[in-house]
Amino acid sequence: MVVRSWRHIKERYCLIGTRCKTCGRIFFPSRNICPYCRRRGELEDYKLSGRGKVYSYSVVHVPPKELEMIAPYVIAIVELEEGPRITTQIDCKPEEVYIGMPVEVVFRRIKEDGEEGIIHYGYKFKPVENQ
Amino acid sequence: MRDVVIIGYGQTKFGELWESSFRDIIVEAGVKAIEDANIDGKDLDAIYVGNMSGGLFIGQEHISSLIADYAGLTPLPCTRVEAACASGSLALRSAYLSVASGHHEVVLVGGVEKMTDVVDATSAIATAADQEWEAFFGATFPSLYAMMARRYMYQYGLTLEELSMWSVIAHDHGYRNPYAQFRFRTTLEQVMKAPPVAEPLTLMHCSPVSDGAAALIVCDAERAKEFVPKEEMIYIRASTQASDTISLHSRESITTLKAAKVASEKAYKMAGITPDKIDVAEVHDCFAINGLILLEDLGFCKKGEAGKVVAQEKIRIECEDFVTVNPSGGLKAAGHALGATGIRQVGEIYWQLKGDKNCKDRQAVIKHGYGITANVGGSGGTVCIHVLSNNRNR
Ligand SMILES: [Zn+2]
Repeated sequence: MVVRSWRHIKERYCLIGTRCKTCGRIFFPSRNICPYCRRRGELEDYKLSGRGKVYSYSVVHVPPKELEMIAPYVIAIVELEEGPRITTQIDCKPEEVYIGMPVEVVFRRIKEDGEEGIIHYGYKFKPVENQ
Repeated sequence: MRDVVIIGYGQTKFGELWESSFRDIIVEAGVKAIEDANIDGKDLDAIYVGNMSGGLFIGQEHISSLIADYAGLTPLPCTRVEAACASGSLALRSAYLSVASGHHEVVLVGGVEKMTDVVDATSAIATAADQEWEAFFGATFPSLYAMMARRYMYQYGLTLEELSMWSVIAHDHGYRNPYAQFRFRTTLEQVMKAPPVAEPLTLMHCSPVSDGAAALIVCDAERAKEFVPKEEMIYIRASTQASDTISLHSRESITTLKAAKVASEKAYKMAGITPDKIDVAEVHDCFAINGLILLEDLGFCKKGEAGKVVAQEKIRIECEDFVTVNPSGGLKAAGHALGATGIRQVGEIYWQLKGDKNCKDRQAVIKHGYGITANVGGSGGTVCIHVLSNNRNR
């Protein structure tokens, strides 16, 4: 699990995905093959802005064991400005979230690995202030 | 391709089967299917078994060998097939292809899951989603379907009452099924006021954690004459499958299962029929919203209309001008023993089309002689469709 986490630092800490030079599509998480261009595709790293809108959401009342401490929490699919959608927690009260809510990325502790005591970090999103 | 028929079916009760082990339940289902088909173990050419995660739920992999062993069927080739909650119907599809191609003649197909031995079922079930990009961030399996429901409500104006009517009808049907996990009726108010699991879904919009096993005997149609009279054979007229992205967020739309649309369109073509010829359907309502979405994706109503269809109670066994949906009670009331579900769905349609005594209290009206099953893996990453026929109106 440690290696697996470390491998994703670029994506989970810096929100770096990939862009296909052939068709211009942007992917997050990154892909090794563009599903649209396949062998004709050419992929490069692409830094995402971290701004987007809530596409859909739920409030989780029955969490997995390692997230019991923070439940109920808001989980959402956020549509990023650049197009890709990602699954993330929204750092807000359950009653505040709505479809279309403008949000931006923040870096947070996600969970602690029970057996190894490893703390996993990654992105969450929070409401954009002064809207 | 040769004609393939189903000649036998058996299942355990679904539920919290604390007194039975994994081995007990799959052997029970297999023996019942073999007896129902009037065959002997020595007539079998192969075994296929659907199972999502023996590894996580009971700490046991290599269940193919275990099952052949405890069923007393070694050295038959036994193959375990996995595609999360769609494992069962994928095992059937493997068996179907092996018989249709002429390689095998008589095959036992099972599905099995023992889920109640594990403590943190939520984490185990979440492995059907994308571990690194969904589950890692706190998405549970119910929350993925909850996000489909929320978006569907936003786009099509579905109300919580309409969605909840699905569960009320499911329980009315399951009440009449002796093998069902839940044999009690419920009301709209009880569904809506049940404890929240992942908003807007309450516990009563979710299928339960279940133990259970189911098994079918599939056979070459010519060879089958050796075992059962022709009117007891149910034909597999289509077996299709499609895939989609593992993570929900990567899909263009989260209010439709594209794989269900693709696979069912292929299935209707393969069977040479249109959706209006289907008398009875078993669809994968792991969460109520998926039942509604599948009504649309299988072509029974237009996009956005499923809520009205359900609210008008058209899917009930008693309603004759619409397809009967989930007479067994579906995953919601009959139970959802992951790997067993796809086989149980097909078993129910087999009983319905035969007019079997096992479904006498919940018999759908059979006009055209066709039934369909839709079995979904994960949040829609795999969908497997089967069309069955009693072949009396061809
Ligand atoms: Zn491309």
